[in-house]
Amino acid sequence: MNIVVCIKQVPDAESVKWDHEKGTLIRDGVQSVINPFDYNAIEAALTLKDELGGKVTAVTMGPPQAQDAIREAMSMGVDEGVVVSDRAFAGADTLATTYTLAKAIQKIGKVDAVLCGKQAIDGDTAQVGPGLAVRLGVPCVTCVGEMEIVDGGKGLRLKRMCEQGYDVVEVAFPMLLTVLASLNTPRVPSLKGKMRAKKAEIPLWSAGDIGAEEGKIGLAGSPTKVFSTHIPKFEARREMLQGSVEEQVDTLIEKFKEAGII
Amino acid sequence: MVTVDINKCVGCGECEDVCTFGAISIVDEKAVIDQDTCTLCGACAEACPEEAIEITEEGGRPAKGPSLEEWKGVWVVAEIRHGTYAPVTFELLGKGRQLADDLGTHLTAILMGSGVRDKAQELVARGADRVLVVDDPALDQFVDDSYARILARLAGDEKPEIILAGATAMGRAFIPQVATLLETGLTADCTGLEISPEGRDLLQTRPAFGGNLMATIICDTRRPQMATVRPHVLKALEPDESRSGEVLEIQPAQDLLTSRIRVLESVVEEAEGPMLTDAEIVVTAGRGVEDEKHIALIEQLAHCLDAGIGATRAVTDAGLLPGRTQIGQTGVTVSPKLYMGFGVSGAIQHLVGMQGSEMIVAVNKDPEAPIFEIATYGIVGDVKEVLPLLVKKICQERGMAHG
Repeated sequence: MNIVVCIKQVPDAESVKWDHEKGTLIRDGVQSVINPFDYNAIEAALTLKDELGGKVTAVTMGPPQAQDAIREAMSMGVDEGVVVSDRAFAGADTLATTYTLAKAIQKIGKVDAVLCGKQAIDGDTAQVGPGLAVRLGVPCVTCVGEMEIVDGGKGLRLKRMCEQGYDVVEVAFPMLLTVLASLNTPRVPSLKGKMRAKKAEIPLWSAGDIGAEEGKIGLAGSPTKVFSTHIPKFEARREMLQGSVEEQVDTLIEKFKEAGII
Repeated sequence: MVTVDINKCVGCGECEDVCTFGAISIVDEKAVIDQDTCTLCGACAEACPEEAIEITEEGGRPAKGPSLEEWKGVWVVAEIRHGTYAPVTFELLGKGRQLADDLGTHLTAILMGSGVRDKAQELVARGADRVLVVDDPALDQFVDDSYARILARLAGDEKPEIILAGATAMGRAFIPQVATLLETGLTADCTGLEISPEGRDLLQTRPAFGGNLMATIICDTRRPQMATVRPHVLKALEPDESRSGEVLEIQPAQDLLTSRIRVLESVVEEAEGPMLTDAEIVVTAGRGVEDEKHIALIEQLAHCLDAGIGATRAVTDAGLLPGRTQIGQTGVTVSPKLYMGFGVSGAIQHLVGMQGSEMIVAVNKDPEAPIFEIATYGIVGDVKEVLPLLVKKICQERGMAHG
């Protein structure tokens, strides 16, 4: 099995704080981490490798410092990784991103399974996985909550979660999956894995390396652009109830009665 | 790249504050941009009071596609599963109607499925001028690849300028495939759509950076302009049975109907009590509800009030409540008459999913919790103390009220 896991380095949601007085983000101490859902994608890739054999390659598009993300994936057991990195990729929307990732994956070779997290927590679009599947010409199953190998290792039975419940689907390799946090519990890096990751050479592939066409990457390959931005305003109400806990609960119940709720 | 006009820059630091990527620093009272870290998001240029920052488009923006004006009309992708329309379908038709009127064009609904042709009239009653029906047994279950290829083929043939779909599990699965097949732009999870005052571009507004910022996106160089829209944000029109519209049936090419995904079963899980998004009262468990014992109290309170149960991401991640209960940026949007948050701190990612609630009650032991800023009534206290008492008293009240 030739397995690829796509990961993304994102600002750590825990360290990003919002200054409500000024209405700005506080950037001090913002750290870059692997997108949380991508850990589940890494675990799913490693599970497939454990069961079916083969190799797992982690791919990320980003600045050279995204090598840290690849190293972390390798410490968990990913065999190798690559950072697709070029100034020419900057400003890419999801269409340009799927093109770039597809070119990188095609350079890796014939791939049996591509694993992605459900979405990245910075952009929250969930568009790269399905778009990438189209570029690679493979079927895509999103929001995978359970995964089971079937057909003597030729395919997977998957639970695809949706609002009303779930679908159980079967797909033969090759395929692309986007996975939920509930799919698995990501393994902890081993000491040996950490040592190996530390020493690993992580290649940086430029636009030229992957044979990307100029007009399809970065800003030039991105049909969408930010037209304007504004800070969302929430309606401030803020009435704090007073007294002991019991008194506050009683006041609240009075308020509910006034509003005809109970 | 991003350039700073040092003659205009006063070193105020506004740009440094808004840069989520930490790409800007103020050196000698001038903004300096780390081009390697910068993602060209444009937040700094927007924030700069001196208009000193400019994004110069290296390699250029894509050239405008040829004959954009050939693309006419607004499309809404109807979502029907287990024989029922997803409410977002009607919400999209309400907005689509307005956009089509603003543009002086027609509104078309696309209906794909098996045995769905009888349902087309409902889409007309909700605002569509025309319904394109693709009714085939092969589309009985949702198979991403067939749905995507059929819609892309239809759009390629008919050339609509706008395609809208729900940002549901289904829409988010196959609409990105359609956009990629058509090599056009797609904006995810929009909460607002308008036509730009100058021209015919669709202004697509969506929360960015976990809801800390609202970004308006345009796709001005390609057609169609595509967006998925969050359910329960837009308003549906009341059904008007007297409206008339054209219903056209289309038989897709056989190769488009062949899917590589085999759906073995499609299961509807009946949640106890009302659907979260339809409930008039929503009782929400946050991080402060630490264990199953207190989740049981949340469930009891919800039962007493006939309320839906919601959760923050921390709670669903911990496996205390199922993922579908998650409210917020990466979950569902609710706007009930009464929202009650227990041990919910009010991270912006959660607030964007519930701030439209009529009455907001928050219980949290931290008086500084951001949720109190928007709470109609706030109680500073430990959930473990407040919740049992509230459950007891409300259930007593309800018991009495019901005799």
